Amino acid sequence: MYDAPFTRRLFLQRGCALASLAATVPCFIERSAFGMLGNPLLSSQPGVPDHRILVVVQLGGGNDGLNTVVPYGDPEYFKVRPNLALQAPGPSGNGVSLQLDQQRGLGLHPALAPLKSLYDEGFVSVVQGVGYPNPNRSHFTSMDIWHTGRLDAKGSGWIGRYFDATCNGTPIPEGSVAVGRTAPLAMEGNIQKPISFESPELFRWLGEDLHPALKDPYEAINRAGALAGTGGDTQKDFLMRTALDAQVASGRILAAVAKAPLVRYPETSLARQLRTIGAMIRAEMPTRVYYATIGGFDTHGGQNTRHAQLLRQVAEAIEPFQRDLKAQGNDARVVTMVFSEFGRRVKQNGANGTDHGTAAPVFVIGTGVKPGIVGTHPSLTDLDQGDLKYGIDFRSVYASLLGDWMKAPADQILRGNFPSAGVVRA
Amino acid sequence: MDHPLTPLLKKDFDFAAAQHLLNRAGFGGTPQQVRALVELGLDDALELIVEFDASDRKRTKKDEGDAPARDRGPLFVHGDFKPDVLREETPEERAELARAREAKDEETIARLQALRQQRERDDREQLALMQKTWLQRMIETPRPFEEKLTLFWHGHFATGYRTIENSWHMAIQNETLRRLGSGDFQTLARAIISDPAMLRYLDNNQNRRRSPNENLARELMELFTLGEGNGYTERDIKEGARALTGRTYRGNDYYFDRQQFDSAPKTILGRTGNLDGDGFVSTILERPECPRFIAWKFYRFFVNDAPTLSPEGKECIERLADEFRRNDGRIRPTLRTLFRSRHFYAPENRLAVVKSPTQLVVQTIRSLGTPPREMKSLVDAGDLMGQQLFQPPSVKGWDGGRSWINTATLFVRQNVVVYLVTGRRPKGFDWNESEMKYDSFPLVAHLRDGQGGLDAHETIRAVASFALGGSIASERIEQLERFLDGLDQTGRETAITNDRIKALLCLIGAMPEYQLC
Repeated sequence: MYDAPFTRRLFLQRGCALASLAATVPCFIERSAFGMLGNPLLSSQPGVPDHRILVVVQLGGGNDGLNTVVPYGDPEYFKVRPNLALQAPGPSGNGVSLQLDQQRGLGLHPALAPLKSLYDEGFVSVVQGVGYPNPNRSHFTSMDIWHTGRLDAKGSGWIGRYFDATCNGTPIPEGSVAVGRTAPLAMEGNIQKPISFESPELFRWLGEDLHPALKDPYEAINRAGALAGTGGDTQKDFLMRTALDAQVASGRILAAVAKAPLVRYPETSLARQLRTIGAMIRAEMPTRVYYATIGGFDTHGGQNTRHAQLLRQVAEAIEPFQRDLKAQGNDARVVTMVFSEFGRRVKQNGANGTDHGTAAPVFVIGTGVKPGIVGTHPSLTDLDQGDLKYGIDFRSVYASLLGDWMKAPADQILRGNFPSAGVVRA
Repeated sequence: MDHPLTPLLKKDFDFAAAQHLLNRAGFGGTPQQVRALVELGLDDALELIVEFDASDRKRTKKDEGDAPARDRGPLFVHGDFKPDVLREETPEERAELARAREAKDEETIARLQALRQQRERDDREQLALMQKTWLQRMIETPRPFEEKLTLFWHGHFATGYRTIENSWHMAIQNETLRRLGSGDFQTLARAIISDPAMLRYLDNNQNRRRSPNENLARELMELFTLGEGNGYTERDIKEGARALTGRTYRGNDYYFDRQQFDSAPKTILGRTGNLDGDGFVSTILERPECPRFIAWKFYRFFVNDAPTLSPEGKECIERLADEFRRNDGRIRPTLRTLFRSRHFYAPENRLAVVKSPTQLVVQTIRSLGTPPREMKSLVDAGDLMGQQLFQPPSVKGWDGGRSWINTATLFVRQNVVVYLVTGRRPKGFDWNESEMKYDSFPLVAHLRDGQGGLDAHETIRAVASFALGGSIASERIEQLERFLDGLDQTGRETAITNDRIKALLCLIGAMPEYQLC
């Protein structure tokens, strides 16, 4: 059914030369038409590599950076965290960190073992002490700061502005996709709006489950945009176009996820999200930026068990995702950034947990990254009100992803000149 | 000479026109309600809708005692809303906390923090209840225009809970918008610069004599009254911010902090004097840009939100601005003139507004007569469609128009109609049974022949043209007939059943044009 007659692709192939359409048809139709032809090299902007993809994984709640990238070489770490500190690498066991860099005395949380193997293969950049001036310790505000890329937390999202700056004034359907209930502020542009769906099974009309006879008339209604009205610009034309786009995209996404992935993913929420993203990349969706989220990092009490579970879920989702991309032959096209709105207080609290803090590490993963450790670990003694001082502004990480990876005007998008953190190979 | 605001001829106020009026000034109505408006005629229909309080008094003088009606007027006085849900620590708690910090008594500190966190959770729950309560009000109110205006002003003076994290302040603002939203604009604008939620949202609680914060002054001109760059300068913003110094809140109340007020003379928009907040507002409202900007906002919300304005549309806005000025900024008579005008009913303005998610949900319920089902699910659906009440995305409010629509929201929109009509949730696969059954027959009651039978073709045409609000393309009829034909391949069964009407409504709700009103 998804290859039913009236896809826009067929419409275009049926003899409407693109050149003649260009004058009357909004730009995004051309873009989606190109996207749907499945040839990533057919960029409408010369020199822009349309085929590069950014995946953002958000750790909501404030991930404890000090128990993620572990400064075991610093005796102060064990003093401030008597019950929470992870041990220096040694014979593997509960609470023993994995060796990241012996010289610097840095380890990784043992639950991150799958990430460690990606690191050992040279696919991971660990950016240390990422934050911003005058840190805000409210979840919402700090998350908004990360999303807007602005210290006043106001305005559109940094990914949204990436599209606004590169899409010639018209939005790209499925340009940015959040697998989740709602799309994050980061993806809201003034022009580009993200789409989001919790699971691909919901990215379709549920009415067809009511009775089999509803399917055909429904498709006739929603695919009519290919035949009529596509060139016009009335409200109805616009809706007909979007309805057709939705049918085509839904068909492609459902077909994509129906195929078994090339590797096995665990049955966790984050792994399901990344599996969907992997399937969409494999299906050559025109999507340039994907977003996945996992919450629960607000570990005020009883942190050890909970934090280990969460990090395990993250690593055990990212590792198969990376393998999947490699098996697809798409690994060189995709870079994944993992971040949280803030780290946590240096000193543990009275409930074997940690309170809201400031700077924390960011991971950037992919075959295109410049592997290794970026920046120095923030000092555990030179603190600002009990919190770490950041070393790398998060917008420098964005600058690298936008400028070095997506080849976009990072200064314009970030409204300022932030030196690239250099996390991807130029 | 005719112009866009020339009144519609009385004879032209037919069923489609009355339905259009009820959709735009409110959230639609059943065929019976629309027919009642046609019988009243344009002027009385407007009186009924726009002068809702007078109409209420006439209708219900006898039957109501002193108890406030739950379906109109103040909303959050009913039920379990708590003004102090987010109270500050008591002096005793503060003292206890100080002692505990002194003694490094981690246990007590943690306990007090837990109490605070509990209050914050309660506050978020109260906000969720407010969302459901307001949506329910929109579905039930006999004064749809009152709620439609409240929703309009909520998008205009947009304030987000996420930033202020205080549900009761949002409730206070919502009541202010409801109480003053049909009055005069000056009073409304002055109330807004005394509104705790807005003062916090735009940081005016930090606007002090020695360190002015320009946020409120800027948005007051840019988004609330004049429009971006319309006749003011950065200097006016700086001077305006000084006029707003000292306006803050204490607890749930507006508070004027005289110590922080900058009482030196200022020059704003060419007027010099010892201006305060009210003086700043009157100065702005004297500018011709203000009525024009508000008229434009009205036009996009109530008349047409296509990306480009027609020449008649532009003229309509100019004249509406004049009307607004002539009415001394009174909102009700201005909109009444608009709703009476020929331009409002012109073919190019029918089905020319993209339904907001709230409009889509409430209008579907009010016009098709579906059960309202679960408010929680409808609030969630609103969120998925891009409109969460009390959570506009920014101080700009919702962009509206085409920005509501993308491939993902379109599916949610189609699925929410399926949910309302059938009880099938937008998420998951469980059905709501029993009292939630939807009886669709009232939609077609007037079509029954002598024997009480229903003609299939006529039913399709009537249901579709009613649900879509007017003219319906012949291919749409054919598509719906094909569905019934598909069911009746034996050629025997042609009866119109409740389930078949529901299935037709699901298909109609999935038509691109169903997104328009």
